Amino acid sequence: MRYNPPSPLETPVLSRRFRLPNSQSIDTYLATDGYKGFEKATGMTQDEIIGEVKTSILRGRGGAGFPTGMKWGFVPRTSPKPKYIVVNADESEPGTCKDRLLIEFDPHQLIEGVLIAGLAVGAQQGYIYIRGEFRYLIGVMDKAIDEAYAKGYLGDNILGKGIKFHLATHSGAGAYECGEESALLESLEGKRGNPRIRPPFPAVAGAYQCPTILNNVETFCAVPAIILNGGLWYAGLGTPKNGGTRMFCLSGHVNKPGVYELPMGFNLMRMINEVGGGIRGGKKLKAVVPGGSSCPILKADECDLAMDYDTVAAAKSMLGSGGVVVLDEDTCMVNFALRIMRFYAHESCGWCIPCREGTTWLKKLLTRFHEGQGQRSDIVMIGDLSRNMLGRTFCPLGDAAAMPTIAIVEKFREEFEAHLDGKPCPYENIGSRLVTGNGLAA
Amino acid sequence: MTFSPELEARFEKFLAKYPADRKRSAVIPMLVYAQDETEAITQELIEEVAKRCGVTQLQVDEVVGFYSMLHKKPQGKFHVQICTNISCLLVGGAELWEQACKKTGIGHKQNSADGRISLEEVECIGACSWAPAVQVNYDFYHFVTPGQLDKLLDGLAAGKKPEEITDVKKVSC
Amino acid sequence: MADLVKFTINGQELEAPAGMLLIEAAKQNGIEIPSFCYYEGYSLQAACRMCLVEVERMPKMQVACTLPVSAGMVVRTETDQVNAARKSTLEFLLTNHPLDCPVCDKGGECELQDMVFRYGAGESRYTETKIHVDEQQWSPVVFYDAPRCILCFRCVRACDEGMGVSALGVINRGAMSLIAPNKGDHLECDECGQCIDICPVGALTSGAYRYQTRPWEMEHVGTICTHCSDGCKTTLGVRNDEIVRGNNRDRSGVNGEFLCIKGRYGFDFSEHADRLQSPMIRVNGKLEEVSWSKALETISKKFAEVKAKGGKFGVIGSNQTTNEENYYLQKFARQGLGTNNIDHHRTGDVVTLVDALSGTTGRLAKSVDFYEGKAVLVIGADLAVEHPFLAFQIRANFRHHEAHVYAVTAETVREDLVATRSVRAIRGEELSALEGLREALAAEKDLVIVFGDSIKGDKVRSLVEYGQSLGIPVSYCALVDYSNSRGAIDMGLVPELNPGFHASNVAGATIDELLAANDLAALWVIGSNPLEKAKVAASKAFVVVQDLFLTETAQRADVVLPSASAYEKNGTVTNGCGEVQRLKRASATMGTKTDLEIIGLIAKEMGLAALMGPWLPETVYAEIRKNVKGYDIPLPLVTIGAQQTAPVNGRVGVDSRPDLIRSSHDNLFTSGTLGRYSTVLNSVIEGRQSR
Repeated sequence: MRYNPPSPLETPVLSRRFRLPNSQSIDTYLATDGYKGFEKATGMTQDEIIGEVKTSILRGRGGAGFPTGMKWGFVPRTSPKPKYIVVNADESEPGTCKDRLLIEFDPHQLIEGVLIAGLAVGAQQGYIYIRGEFRYLIGVMDKAIDEAYAKGYLGDNILGKGIKFHLATHSGAGAYECGEESALLESLEGKRGNPRIRPPFPAVAGAYQCPTILNNVETFCAVPAIILNGGLWYAGLGTPKNGGTRMFCLSGHVNKPGVYELPMGFNLMRMINEVGGGIRGGKKLKAVVPGGSSCPILKADECDLAMDYDTVAAAKSMLGSGGVVVLDEDTCMVNFALRIMRFYAHESCGWCIPCREGTTWLKKLLTRFHEGQGQRSDIVMIGDLSRNMLGRTFCPLGDAAAMPTIAIVEKFREEFEAHLDGKPCPYENIGSRLVTGNGLAA
Repeated sequence: MTFSPELEARFEKFLAKYPADRKRSAVIPMLVYAQDETEAITQELIEEVAKRCGVTQLQVDEVVGFYSMLHKKPQGKFHVQICTNISCLLVGGAELWEQACKKTGIGHKQNSADGRISLEEVECIGACSWAPAVQVNYDFYHFVTPGQLDKLLDGLAAGKKPEEITDVKKVSC
Repeated sequence: MADLVKFTINGQELEAPAGMLLIEAAKQNGIEIPSFCYYEGYSLQAACRMCLVEVERMPKMQVACTLPVSAGMVVRTETDQVNAARKSTLEFLLTNHPLDCPVCDKGGECELQDMVFRYGAGESRYTETKIHVDEQQWSPVVFYDAPRCILCFRCVRACDEGMGVSALGVINRGAMSLIAPNKGDHLECDECGQCIDICPVGALTSGAYRYQTRPWEMEHVGTICTHCSDGCKTTLGVRNDEIVRGNNRDRSGVNGEFLCIKGRYGFDFSEHADRLQSPMIRVNGKLEEVSWSKALETISKKFAEVKAKGGKFGVIGSNQTTNEENYYLQKFARQGLGTNNIDHHRTGDVVTLVDALSGTTGRLAKSVDFYEGKAVLVIGADLAVEHPFLAFQIRANFRHHEAHVYAVTAETVREDLVATRSVRAIRGEELSALEGLREALAAEKDLVIVFGDSIKGDKVRSLVEYGQSLGIPVSYCALVDYSNSRGAIDMGLVPELNPGFHASNVAGATIDELLAANDLAALWVIGSNPLEKAKVAASKAFVVVQDLFLTETAQRADVVLPSASAYEKNGTVTNGCGEVQRLKRASATMGTKTDLEIIGLIAKEMGLAALMGPWLPETVYAEIRKNVKGYDIPLPLVTIGAQQTAPVNGRVGVDSRPDLIRSSHDNLFTSGTLGRYSTVLNSVIEGRQSR
């Protein structure tokens, strides 16, 4: 996978070109079935394209897992307004680093996915919203877009078939909240990244209040193969109701961290032990964050499960964005909870009261607690304040802060108790320390 | 306000990307690229971007404070960003951050006296599987060890460019 | 109107139009759902989360401010879960909010305080440090204390959507978010103070009022603003006979949400230290203070003498005195002094408009028509600057009803922001641009045409002809300057007209003629300053002036009488749309008398008390009802709200003297003589000049 060796257990579909030299170039792409899916789609009706995506059981890879075909179906195709395709490449969920790879090593696959989406709803303009920190990816993407224009895959008369589609990158400037689709659209329009009231959803009123398909990079990247090989083929790669493969980002205390493309439903323990080479230093597994920092943590004994949306949901967590963060036995869970809350307090957009004030309060409380100034009543209060955010905030960021915190307090209460009475943090090793001082103040 | 021809060309491209009556869309891209050239978002830059995009200064100002990459204070020539979010935290990101502060004598969002280095403890930069990760300006460094960070900071302090510090490899550019 | 749907709140079956927001539907049915960010008429935010309620068949609590009611919806607003959520939201809010209500300027009328009282917890669990940001002054009248701000964004919307000024925004992110002014550290705006009025907490406070009193120490007197002719209701906060505050306390006037800087802060002229507090008589060339009886005796003797000799009288009335005072004055002049030489500073051609519309009814636009009309045409006026309430109505009409707005003006105007068509035309030549709009206007369902003083005389007739030729219902408004400019015309403060637009057949001199007449024997000026830019040609004329201040005119007077301001008297005034409203006395300045009383006292001194009748506003109003066409409106009706007068329904038949019609074009920060004595208005002007 370019930044980490591949695993033999992988099923490379989206990442199949990663191992090719010069995989970014359109020549490499065209030599390996590139734009074939798009060409096939030009001979299909809009309903057929959307039907194929529905058949594939592709679910949104950004985190929510909403069925992609259904989402595309919500776009009012007869609307007189222009329609837009917007790619969410604002990858910033802690634990997640897959979209970066998909753009860096196969940008044309993304372009092709976007083109097919454009056909599906009759859109003629697309934007790829790339987080500002990924400046080099904007260069990669711009180059690929130029190549596609040069070869006639973008423009006013694509492939001489009278198809019009234009595509451009758009740089973000550092805001996790813009990963939320409506906030991303606000940001695309040059405003603060505050989420919008929904409904209306982007399918009806998205970019510039026009009908819009907005999906994650990985979601679009799955589309060319789905059209080319058929939805049934893609669905068959995964488990029932969870079609295809998933780019899992394995990080934390494993021997072989890396991004691996595995079939949906791949067992989590196998992922840790067989793909990730087990816990490093021969330590024991303590817990796993299964899908990015917003997902409730799983204790070691809960980790023998299939990594698909429904199974992880049944375990009261979420498959999320594919960020699998592995924690060994020496990790301080108070510190871990604090670091997560610091993140959400830093990223809260400030729009609604429970998230804005709740994350800030919890950050201060957890900081004090981790420093040994906690009281027994604080333990209850951490859960209580989190529950007071849960389900009451304007957008899912409040839930994202609340859910992991509630899970950590519930599942590792003894670690919180161990920090009471001014006792020092019992974990001396890596992962127990947190630089306070001036770092990332609210 | 005048910019380099390269930046002007980029601005022109930005403004052409969006529907004619949606020039406001170019505000954030313009700011994030312009600040690299002007070193910071100055009042003059705000006014210029407002003018070019047909918005008020306040509308630009609202954006500047919202996005964490946009800065009104100049950064060092090399802005060293160390991630301490969960994946990096687990494998030594916080220690790298402490080390960097100690070594440079500066803290979060501070600049070295000679203006060469500034530090920032950043949130997840999307390198979780190759943690701990550091970004210098826009370049990524993966699997950064304390030794490598030392060399990187020493090299930068000694006046070298990142690419001249050959024993610490950037992974992307 | 949408179909009514049945739904249930707390087990009660209710009805509301389908699609109405749940929070409104509940309110309509007497059920309060608390909120901070929701504000009727402005865009939805769903930010404060106070209005979360349980709705059956929905997985989690829903915000009532964005949820439309639908048939069969089952809502619960008082369950344990709902109450707990409210309590928790308030707990979150109070974490960074100072808990120093006793010294907060908003204490006693703070929505957060009330909300915590009703729904909040008795004790705080928050023990961490609070975020502090220093208080900022953004303008002479606007202060921002960030820690008190709950980020409900009402101020931002009031300024942006309501005013079209967009001077407020949000900077920073998360808990560090702040409201910010448009010029970095200060505001450049209309200074209307609506952001302060709409602020639910003590974050935005008024520089003119803050820390002067506790709200419960004031008596709140609702009266009509005495500055421009829009006739906004302002509520004066009075403590110990002193006005401490003006605001839009209950939004019950024609102005609804609106109040500008003059209505809010411009009361301060009334408290100015230069107010005249004693009558004065010229002795050896100098004005000396004398008793009221001495002054009245001097005037009545002189008046009687001039009358006996058949000398020439001149009477100049005011744009700001009440209808009762104006009526009483013209009656005294015409019947008591026997002169028809009565005039006032004319500011708009209402007379020709009324004449041109003769034979029709309902063609004079009401204030509400600017909000409810399907289309509005603005000709030759910068409404946002000179008639800010009418401009506000038009913006609200555009926002709420997508009204079509047309502007034909010399310069860019704020209406351009919402205009379907904006046309630039040289001042005075505006009508030539109208043919180009004919097709568009004729396609409208109805139209309000509002015009400034560049349209007068025959141009008004041409305009009405044009309007009537469109084939759609058109109503008109001739703009005038001040709070009772319209009433001055209606009450016959012109030589050509008796009260009620009845042509006077008696010869009379106009204001210009009076000032120029070498044989003028006595000039009586009430609440007007004609000598600001002119002179009295008759050097021996005996000049009596009733005013608040020693104006240029008063300085020429032989007798000066200190009169009460509009905020110190009862009576009625008529706004530019012809709507009669009631003034209510708020305060008093020692030594002054109302103009009504002064006229009455002079009449009495001259032995004319029986002719004039008592100087009680109610008695005079009763006489107006009897004698002035269109004013037969019972006082209780005027008390509860503006009532439009319906003037004549036939030809007026006089020349409106367009040559005498000159608007002063006061802007947001000037207001004739009164503006010169308003500290707040002047501080804004000075602040801008010093930048």
